[in-house]
Amino acid sequence: MLVVIIKLLFIVLVIMAAFLPIITWAERKQSAVMQDRVGANRADILGLRILGLFHPIADVLKLFTKEDFVPRGANTVLHLLAPVIAMVPAVMAMAVIPYGGVYRFGDLELNLVVADIDWGMLYIFAVGSLATYGAVIAGWASNNNWSLLGAMRASSQMISYEVTMGLAVVGIFMVYGTLRLPEMAAFQDQTFRLLGFVELLGMIDTLPVWLDWIRLPMWGIFLQPLGFILFLTCIMAENKRPPFDAPEGESEIVSGYHLEYSGFRFGLFYMSEFLEIPVIGMIVTTLFLGGWSIPFLSQETIVGVATPLFGEGFGTAICLALHVGSFLAKVIFMIWLQLAIRWTLPRFRYDQIMDLCWKMILPLSIANILVTGALVLWIGGLQ
Amino acid sequence: MSLLFFYLFAAIAIAGALGMVMNTRNTVAAALSLVLTMVSLGGVYVLLEAYLIGALQILVYAGAILVLFLFVVMLLNLRREEFSPQRQRATKIVGAVIGILVLVQFLQLVHGAFGTPAAIPEGFGGYRQVGTVLFTDYVLAFEATSLLLLAAMVGAVILAKRKID
Repeated sequence: MLVVIIKLLFIVLVIMAAFLPIITWAERKQSAVMQDRVGANRADILGLRILGLFHPIADVLKLFTKEDFVPRGANTVLHLLAPVIAMVPAVMAMAVIPYGGVYRFGDLELNLVVADIDWGMLYIFAVGSLATYGAVIAGWASNNNWSLLGAMRASSQMISYEVTMGLAVVGIFMVYGTLRLPEMAAFQDQTFRLLGFVELLGMIDTLPVWLDWIRLPMWGIFLQPLGFILFLTCIMAENKRPPFDAPEGESEIVSGYHLEYSGFRFGLFYMSEFLEIPVIGMIVTTLFLGGWSIPFLSQETIVGVATPLFGEGFGTAICLALHVGSFLAKVIFMIWLQLAIRWTLPRFRYDQIMDLCWKMILPLSIANILVTGALVLWIGGLQ
Repeated sequence: MSLLFFYLFAAIAIAGALGMVMNTRNTVAAALSLVLTMVSLGGVYVLLEAYLIGALQILVYAGAILVLFLFVVMLLNLRREEFSPQRQRATKIVGAVIGILVLVQFLQLVHGAFGTPAAIPEGFGGYRQVGTVLFTDYVLAFEATSLLLLAAMVGAVILAKRKID
C-alpha cells in the first residue's frame, strides 16, 4: 500500500508540480525564440528574473485573484462542474503509464507503474473518450451561442479523431501482441537486425557477419513509422490545441467553449490543456519511443555492469534511476516536439480538420492494419 | 472493498437513471445523467471481472454514443410542445408496458434461488478470451453484425448526400 502511494505521488508530483508550470513557461519562451522575440521576462522577485521563470507564479496569482463570474441564464451547477470534468481524464490516464521497468531488491519487487492492468491501453482510450464532456458541458452551460458552437465543434472533432486514434495503434498492438503498457515497454528494450529480412527472403545463402551488427532498438517508431505519425496527429487533435483548435477558434467563435469562464475556472481549462501535453508525451513514449528503455543497453546489461561496481542492490537502483531518467527525457522531447508543431503550423479550417480525419487518416490507418497483419502472419509463418 | 465500490457505482447508476427519467424540463441535463449511469455501469462490469466489456461500456456508450446524443439534443433544442398530445400519450403507454414487462422479468429472476456462482476461469473477461470466443464460436453472429453496421453506414452516407444535392 505504501509503495503504491509513493509511486502515485511520484508520477503526479513530477507531472503536476514540476512539468506543468515549466510547460507554460516553455510555451512562451519557445514561441518567442521561434518568432524572434524576447518572450516573457518581466515578472521579477527583488529584481531577479531568471529567464522569466517567475511568470507561472504570476499567472497563478492573477487567476486566483480574478473575479469568478457566472453569466446570467447559465446552468450554474454544470457551469461550475465543467472545468473539473475537463481536468479528470488527463490525471486518470497517468495511472497506467509505466515510468520504469520491474526491479528486484531482495524480496521486494518494484514495478514502476501505479496500476499494472492487462487492458491498460483500453483503459486509456476509455478515460480519454470522457475528455469530450468537459468542453461540451462548458459550452452548453454557458448560455452563449459562441460557446455552444465551440461545444458542437469539440464534440464532433473529438469523436472523429477517437475513431482514427484507435485504428492507428491497432498495428502496434499486433506487433507487441499485448495491450498491457509495461509489457509493451519491456518489449522495446530489445534490438533487431535492420537487414534481418534478407534472411527471410532467402536471397543469399551465407549471410555476412556484419549484418548482425547493424541493429536498431525495437521501438514502435521503427516497427510502425506510419502508425506513429497517424497516432501523434490524432492525439494532438484530441488535445484541441493549434493547429486543431477549431473548438476555440479565436478568430471566428471568439474563444469557443471556455468563452464565459474567468478566474481560476478558466485556469482549470488552461491547466487541463497543458496537462494533456505531458500525458500525450507519456503515452506516445510508451507506445512508440521505447518507454523507459535505453537504446542498445538492455536492463540485464546495465545491472550486469553496475552490480560488480556498486554492489547488489545499488546496481539495480542505478538502473532504476537511469530508466526513469530516460523515460522523462523522452517525455520532455515529446513536449518540445508538440510545442514546436503548435508554433509552426497555421491552424486548419474546421472542414479541413474533418477531411484530414475521415479522408486521409482513416484509410491510411486501415491500410496500415492490413499490411501489418499480413507481415505479422508472414514472418510468424516463416519462423 | 469491492463490495463498497459496487454499492457506490450502483447508487450512482440508479441516481443517474432516475435523474434522466425525472428531468423532463431539461433534455441536455437528462442526457448527462445517462452518461453518469453508463460510466458507473462500466465500473460495475470491471468489478465483475469483465474488463473488456467494462472498458467498451465507457468507450462506446459514455464516450461516443452519448456524445452524439448530446450533439443532437443541443442541435435541435427540443421542447415538450413540439410533440402532439396524441403522440406523447402513445409513447407514454408503450414505455409503461415495456417498463412493466422488464420489471416482471427482473422480479422473477431475483425471486428464484441464485445458487453458488461458478468458479471464474483463468483470464476470464480479458480481451484475449473474448476475442477468441468471438472469432471461433460466434463468428457468424459477429459477421452478421458487421454486415448490419455496414448497411447502416451506407444508408447514413446516402441520406447525408441527398440533403446536400
